[in-house]
Amino acid sequence: MKILVPVKRVIDYNVKVRVKADQSDVDLTNAKMAMNPFCEIAVEEAVRLKEKGIATEIVAVSIGPKACQEQIRNAMALGADRGIHVECETFPESLQVAKILARLVEQESPGLVIIGKQAIDSDNNQTGQMLAALTKMPQATFASAVEVEGDSLKVTREIDGGLQTLKLSMPAVVSTDLRLNEPRYAKLPDIMKAKRKPLAVMSTDELGVDITPRVTTLKVTPPPARSAGVKVETVAELMAKLREEAKVIS
Amino acid sequence: MSILIYAEHDNKHLKSETHKLVTAATQLGDDIHILVAGLDCAAVAEQAATIAGVKRVMLADNPAYAHQLAENTADLVLDIAEGYTHILAAATTTGKNFMPRVAALLDVVQLSDIIGIESQDTFVRPIYAGNAIATVQSSDAVKVVTVRASAFDAAQEGDSVSVETLATVIENTQVTFESDEMTKSDRPELTAADIVISGGRGMQDGEHFAMLERIADQLGAAVGASRAAVDAGFVPNDMQVGQTGKIVAPQLYIAVGISGAIQHLAGMKDSKVIVAINKDPEAPIFQVADYGLVADLFDALPEIESALGS
Ligand SMILES: Cc1cc2nc3c(=O)[nH]c(=O)nc-3n(C[C@H](O)[C@H](O)[C@H](O)COP(=O)(O)OP(=O)(O)OC[C@H]3O[C@@H](n4cnc5c(N)ncnc54)[C@H](O)[C@@H]3O)c2cc1C
Ligand SMILES: Cc1cc2nc3c(=O)[nH]c(=O)nc-3n(C[C@H](O)[C@H](O)[C@H](O)COP(=O)(O)OP(=O)(O)OC[C@H]3O[C@@H](n4cnc5c(N)ncnc54)[C@H](O)[C@@H]3O)c2cc1C
Repeated sequence: MKILVPVKRVIDYNVKVRVKADQSDVDLTNAKMAMNPFCEIAVEEAVRLKEKGIATEIVAVSIGPKACQEQIRNAMALGADRGIHVECETFPESLQVAKILARLVEQESPGLVIIGKQAIDSDNNQTGQMLAALTKMPQATFASAVEVEGDSLKVTREIDGGLQTLKLSMPAVVSTDLRLNEPRYAKLPDIMKAKRKPLAVMSTDELGVDITPRVTTLKVTPPPARSAGVKVETVAELMAKLREEAKVIS
Repeated sequence: MSILIYAEHDNKHLKSETHKLVTAATQLGDDIHILVAGLDCAAVAEQAATIAGVKRVMLADNPAYAHQLAENTADLVLDIAEGYTHILAAATTTGKNFMPRVAALLDVVQLSDIIGIESQDTFVRPIYAGNAIATVQSSDAVKVVTVRASAFDAAQEGDSVSVETLATVIENTQVTFESDEMTKSDRPELTAADIVISGGRGMQDGEHFAMLERIADQLGAAVGASRAAVDAGFVPNDMQVGQTGKIVAPQLYIAVGISGAIQHLAGMKDSKVIVAINKDPEAPIFQVADYGLVADLFDALPEIESALGS
């Protein structure tokens, strides 16, 4: 079985972004970039399925500017067998990403697509669900456990009230939550080996997907600032402040 | 403008998110309809029918919708979607699960987790863990929107409208429900509570969360946690507050043994009053706290408990 893993290039999760002075967007100049943490979890899960002998090939896909190839190489260092870079100047909208991925699913016929539940830049949490709808594959989002049982899939999902377990027919789309696994670090020899793994480059035109934006960003502003309050010395002082000043407890 | 709201519920009770979505919808237009899909959930539809401003309530009550699985829930919404200019659902794990499918199958973008409405086509949403706020305009004919309920006030109760039953049943042929493991608690829900007290890695283990629970019971509060506390297995996943967990905005948020990583702040920094209890005076959580107490939590929590008891 082949597994397709989309990996997005995003700002490193430790970096706190700033908004540009002209309010056109956030300022990513010289910001440290990395693979989206949920995509790392997706790559790890795919690699584990390959190590168990369930998966035979892992294809990592990234869509966006040339620099996205770094994240594809990273995925290959972690165990992906080959990469596909769909090159475009900017990052397309989620629905367009889903359409591009749907084309690749047609070409590659994977048994499973493992995708991050959410990109930590746009925080959309929608691409996997859109891909599942477009390709008519069943979906299991926010997965914290995945088990392949013959030609079906058992997935435990993290939902607001607790956990839910579903059984899906395959091929299917699974989106990863934080507790699915703990991704490994790439080893130096694997990083070297990854440089020689095949990486195909395609254009959105070749795939026949129109990436004209449908959402216009009118402005991007900083959130309302929250300033530090006061330090209290004792629990008694804290309780008095909460009762008398903030009036949030009685 | 005609607005369809997908009701948030657990087959028994309508959740307050739905009331908050009605408030959001009134900023878009006045023809507001609610869809309730589930099993044995007629009572939920009756509750939805009494929200002020709601014109019509539709009920799809069938075993096929018992668990509100994404595939056929989306298809059900699509089945009745014609004529609506806006389709709204709460940005909960239910809404996030099926709504992007509705958007994709209508061939429109989804506007995710919005916190404000500027006009019929322009919405405000946080990005980058809430470190930037984007105002975005969609050119699509239908706006498919998930709403961060905590950003809107709950609509009031009003006169009741009648509930219509939908006859079409759409089965899910690809996915079957196996089981669930729901956390049982008599405390208020995290996203609806007026007071939330959360513990982090500093709590050291799950048993120590009992200290937070006792205080929560005294205050009528919900108990939350940081990702570190959930990952370490102290408490279940549904207690995680943050960028990738639940977003809360209570009157009072008490962070205990939580450092204040940006991902955690993303889930609670819109709380009205924030209290931080941490033994490290340099912990970033103090930068957003209205009241900070530098103390060992194992000393402070028992003191708070007895202060509340007296
Ligand atoms: C200020 C601003 C506001 C925006 N608002 C909206 C909006 O409201 N609606 C909208 O549709 N778009 C919006 N966009 C555009 C959109 O956020 C990005 O273009 C985004 O890259 C699209 O996917 P996502 O990250 O949202 O996907 P998510 O659904 O959050 O990501 C889930 C997973 O999809 C995969 N994935 C996503 N993108 C890629 C990629 N390029 N390559 C490989 N894998 C990928 C990854 O596995 C990721 O973990 C906005 C952009 C900006 C700058
Ligand atoms: C993709 C991604 C998504 C994430 N999403 C989330 C999310 O949704 N929510 C979230 O919370 N995190 C999230 N995180 C994790 C986040 O980055 C932090 O790692 C996490 O919030 C840290 O939890 P913590 O504050 O409990 O632990 P730590 O950072 O370890 O802090 C523990 C604190 O406890 C204090 N302490 C210890 N002992 C005591 C004591 N006896 N008395 C008083 N204080 C004490 C310490 O001084 C310290 O400040 C995410 C990370 C990533 C990469």
